[in-house]
Amino acid sequence: MATVYVDNKPYPMNPDQNLLHGCLSHGLKLPYFCWHPALGSVGACRQCAVKQFKDEHDAHGRIVMSCMTPATEGTRISIADPEAAAFRAGIIEGLMLNHPHDCPVCDEGGECHLQDMTVMTGHDYRRYEFDKRTFRNQNLGPLVNHEMNRCIQCYRCVRYYRDYAGGTDLNAFASRNQVFFGRSEDGVLENEFSGNLVEICPTGVFTDKTLKHHYARKWDQQFAPSVCVHCALGCNTDAGERYGTLRRIVNRYNHEVNGYFLCDRGRFGYEFVNSERRIREPLLKGQPISVPLAERHLRETIAKGHTIGIGSPRASLEANFALRTLVGPERFFSGMADDEARLVERILEILRHRPVRTPTLREIEESDAVLILGEDVTNVAPRIALALRQSVRQQPMEIAKKLKIPLWMEYGVRDAMQSAKGPLYIATPYATRLDEIATATFHAAPDDLARLGFAVAHALDPRAPSVENFPLAMDIAGALKAAKKPLVISGASCGSEALIQAAANVAMAARAAVSFTAPECNTVGAALMGGKPLSEAFRAIHDGKADTLIIVENDLYRRAPARDVDSFLHAAAHVIALDHLPTLTTGKAELVLPAATFAESTGTFVSSEGRAQRYFEVFVPENDVLASWRWLKADGWQNVDDVIAAIADTIPELAPIAKAAPAPSYRIHGAKIPRAPHRESGRTAVSANIDVSEPKPPEDVDSPLSYSMEGTPDQPPAALIPFFWKPSWNSIQATQMYQKEVGGPLLGGDAGVRIFEPAAVNGQFYFSAVPAAFQPRAGEWLLVPMYHIFGSDELSLSAPGIAELAPKPYVALNTADITEGTEIQVSCAGGAFRLPVRIRPDLPPGVAGLFAAVPPLAGVRLPAWGKIARQK
Amino acid sequence: MTTSTEKPLTQNMRPDGSALDLRSYEQGGGYQAIRKVLSDGMEPKAVTDEVKDANLRGRGGAGFQTGLKWSFVPLGKDAPNPTYLVVNADEMEPGTFKDRLLLERNPHQLIEGVIVAGFAIEADIAFIFMRGEYTLAAERIERAIAEAYARHYLGKNILNSGYSLDLYLHLSGGRYICGDETGLLNALEGKRANPRSKPPFPPVVGLFGKPTVVNNVETLSCVPHIINNGAAWFRGLGRTKDAGTKLFGASGKVKRPGLWELPMGTTVREILEEHAGGMRDGLKFRGLLPGGASTDFIVEEHLDTPMDFTSLDKVGSRMGTGTMIVLDDKTCPVGMTWNLTHFFAQESCGFCTPCWSGLGWAERILKSMEDGRGQTGDLDKLASLAKMWNPGNTFCALAPGAAEPVQSALKYFRADFERHINEQRCPWS
Repeated sequence: MATVYVDNKPYPMNPDQNLLHGCLSHGLKLPYFCWHPALGSVGACRQCAVKQFKDEHDAHGRIVMSCMTPATEGTRISIADPEAAAFRAGIIEGLMLNHPHDCPVCDEGGECHLQDMTVMTGHDYRRYEFDKRTFRNQNLGPLVNHEMNRCIQCYRCVRYYRDYAGGTDLNAFASRNQVFFGRSEDGVLENEFSGNLVEICPTGVFTDKTLKHHYARKWDQQFAPSVCVHCALGCNTDAGERYGTLRRIVNRYNHEVNGYFLCDRGRFGYEFVNSERRIREPLLKGQPISVPLAERHLRETIAKGHTIGIGSPRASLEANFALRTLVGPERFFSGMADDEARLVERILEILRHRPVRTPTLREIEESDAVLILGEDVTNVAPRIALALRQSVRQQPMEIAKKLKIPLWMEYGVRDAMQSAKGPLYIATPYATRLDEIATATFHAAPDDLARLGFAVAHALDPRAPSVENFPLAMDIAGALKAAKKPLVISGASCGSEALIQAAANVAMAARAAVSFTAPECNTVGAALMGGKPLSEAFRAIHDGKADTLIIVENDLYRRAPARDVDSFLHAAAHVIALDHLPTLTTGKAELVLPAATFAESTGTFVSSEGRAQRYFEVFVPENDVLASWRWLKADGWQNVDDVIAAIADTIPELAPIAKAAPAPSYRIHGAKIPRAPHRESGRTAVSANIDVSEPKPPEDVDSPLSYSMEGTPDQPPAALIPFFWKPSWNSIQATQMYQKEVGGPLLGGDAGVRIFEPAAVNGQFYFSAVPAAFQPRAGEWLLVPMYHIFGSDELSLSAPGIAELAPKPYVALNTADITEGTEIQVSCAGGAFRLPVRIRPDLPPGVAGLFAAVPPLAGVRLPAWGKIARQK
Repeated sequence: MTTSTEKPLTQNMRPDGSALDLRSYEQGGGYQAIRKVLSDGMEPKAVTDEVKDANLRGRGGAGFQTGLKWSFVPLGKDAPNPTYLVVNADEMEPGTFKDRLLLERNPHQLIEGVIVAGFAIEADIAFIFMRGEYTLAAERIERAIAEAYARHYLGKNILNSGYSLDLYLHLSGGRYICGDETGLLNALEGKRANPRSKPPFPPVVGLFGKPTVVNNVETLSCVPHIINNGAAWFRGLGRTKDAGTKLFGASGKVKRPGLWELPMGTTVREILEEHAGGMRDGLKFRGLLPGGASTDFIVEEHLDTPMDFTSLDKVGSRMGTGTMIVLDDKTCPVGMTWNLTHFFAQESCGFCTPCWSGLGWAERILKSMEDGRGQTGDLDKLASLAKMWNPGNTFCALAPGAAEPVQSALKYFRADFERHINEQRCPWS
């Protein structure tokens, strides 16, 4: 640590950082715009000016930009210096010349960094008397709103979008005081991480368009810490509610997981919670019934029949466990199809028993050589793709280090690195978005991808089984071997167990971390719960060993071919289904119970990293919606903690989940943590038309969070941070006040608890079942799944913005014989389907892609051999 | 004091305005410097040392020691490659037209300078980054490059020395900010011409991230003569402690606007009165910007100041490009200041706030004054804006340059500004 004197007071600061970083880390009020902890320093806005003095005798000093000046030992600066303060006020004055002052009608108002900085500098009087420059705003699609007149030209948006996220369709146009940040023409932002612009933009140029449809100020929303349900990565979010509807999702910083950024599916997928199609009351044979009646019917049906329970990889541990407890472990099924269950089981076996580490997203970002085996990460586990765009910078960063360019000196580093990229090898069945930054790509059938993996492992360690002649394998092995932090990414997306084993072999041979993606938000948790696969449930019903079914948050038509599910549900005497939204499965159920979403309940997911994380009830729905576990709960379970305790007792491997977040009894100096910001306005007026006295806020027995603005003023532990807000810092930039050092871990440690750590293994640990090379078949195609960030996830498809961007199901062919868009007949074991064709020249010979996100097509188990015929 | 009348840069130029072709250039002693450097086996470092010793300072306006700049480039087998040499021929400083003369009339002199400098820094590739409007210069440079390639002065293994250099001409899309060497490099890379943050400096991280020297046309044109005649000779050309000759120019309502190669340190008065012929009949001198639009006004009392890199600093201005813009008593100083500020506001790249925002505001204030809508307090606003543009407050030198005419006009012509406000009109219109 270097000692830096700020206004003659010594502060320890990180000498590898700049003065702005150091000052903010100490909570000093130094305004800034263009700097961002994830984007580094460029010196554009000049807002963070301070006076620097040569030594203690220097009374004159000179103005420097704190973001561009290293925090070297003995540096002396002044923030309070009148000349520096006047300069900062002058900068704000300059930024405000053209700003429309439309705060009352601006979505950013109340959480605007520009407002905060304006107040912080003391600029309060407008001297500019001329008219303002105006721009034409663009329609950037359903997710992000554009209002360019508010722009202060800080360049954060393009730096984030282009330099950080790899987007190309947003740019800075023109010059002087008329720089336009937008697209060359109206159109949907192409980058999958465009929603972060909403938080990156320090004012209201880029705002959340989904929020605009049901707008509420930050101070009028009630928030709870949450975990994203739209993929398995477990990005941390804060969810905001008002008047019983979920208003938006914002990023909840977790240094180990999502850092500052979410993907667009995670940020905008939430609207399914507000869907008009939601199941909001119990339905018996399609007719609404009361909750007591529904409960009685549920208990009676179970008591009468032989019941089995089908859980879900998108339901919480608590929901799955309540079901498991209700029906008994022997009659509990995980809800995963056999192939999926087998793959996930293999992944668990590797993470439990092999000497490999499953990395956090931060560790993925810091990897310096990466091999992807089979995963279209942008569309399956999107946030990984953003992390990998940073990881390819790790090796070239050495160029900057050698030239002694401080790594926070963003443009200096980028000028030195130019377009240099570190090793990233991508082996997938079809071309992926990340191919553009790959060192080399290999597009092949899953078996051939696995063979490449086995060959890489063998090239690294001759004890691993060999595969003949893969020149690319030598390159990949060399890159992984030379790396300090090598990484392998694989997963269940290709439906290939051999691929997962090959990835494990590479990781073990290279001493690399291995990250397995998983299909859904609690796939790993559901697998740890240990239910049997779906075919056994089918058999139990068909064999007459059971006659009653409880299906929790699971559309079986996405798990198995429609005719199999039809006959299964038909064979059961009673079908009870719990879910958020109507599905083909709930349509077949005798009793349907409204299940709370992540926003209306508290529960635990285990991410693909193996990180158990708690999400909290954001609001109490004004209807019959209940957390699934509450519908099914065992006697004596009062709150979620009772369920968690029971889980820990029953399944020792899951015992750590109790530490994922503080228990409901947790208090800070006797106080709960308020969900509502301290500035919640009009609180007592909200229901004044009904009663002038304020109604008692709902009790939440499941968490230490209160439905109130009253509570502790102190910072809660990371897992319980409902919003980032500190005096003077009303915007999301307040995150910096919650960190030990800006951009570092949260005070008190980051949220979540890891379940897996590398096993110590001696002797032979390689997998040896190398698949034979793929042989195309005459007249048949191997159908492999294709994924889309917007479309492959079930729940977010009920969010209008996401639905608008999702493609319709299609079959992808590498052929010159058919024109794009032609409808053809695809038939396979799962059924026959009429689908439009997309031409994909990147598909290997004999392989076709199926984008099958919607049931009943989604029930086709892939990969599968199929026939393709032209429509007559 | 030396009283040299030598004019190495311009003495062989043809009076008819055509370009010196290769043969005429060689007849006048051209391409001897590269023979001395390449065939006589000089070490690159020795070339740099000679230029350092000659005290050649950058003619683009900043006056940085040329040899010192070259010496920052890593040399030898382990140096990153390629190394680039870039000629800054993006002459866009208002009132400045000196490089144009050198490009149009003596293109081989520049090319020879490029080869010598390229050898000194072990450059592999050189670019001439030229103002897009200089179409005649472009034509002539293209032809000269072709001639030089044909004579094996460019390309692989030049004069069998083992040294190779390729030279390309690039025509700029036309932004003043490309005159900033790092803005230029970004433009040459096909990026927005925003200046870069420094460090790293171009000799270490330049074009496409490789070591790069950016030198002005006039600077490089001096180099062959230094090699041919020696550092001491070059130093002796100047009248003050700054070395060499300099192309000085004058524009505005003088009798003979033009350009003259004169010893460094020639006084302002000599240039204005002897070479430019003084003010046109009926006009009185009020002040001048000594070296282009981005230098402070000087007035009558400063006329005996020598034009060099240090003397003008002492009277609160800069030599800049050495091409003065003269203000007379029939021209409105506010209008002139507005015109210049308008130019700078328009040419701001839009990157740092004091520049893009402040210049736009200052331009509006000056225009409103000129239009008879000036207000009390406008001068304070202008003064505070000019202060925001101090060096170090902004990202590059554009706004500090723009501040110079504004702050000095406020100092010397304050009464004229006040009259605009008090009378709510421009007294000159």
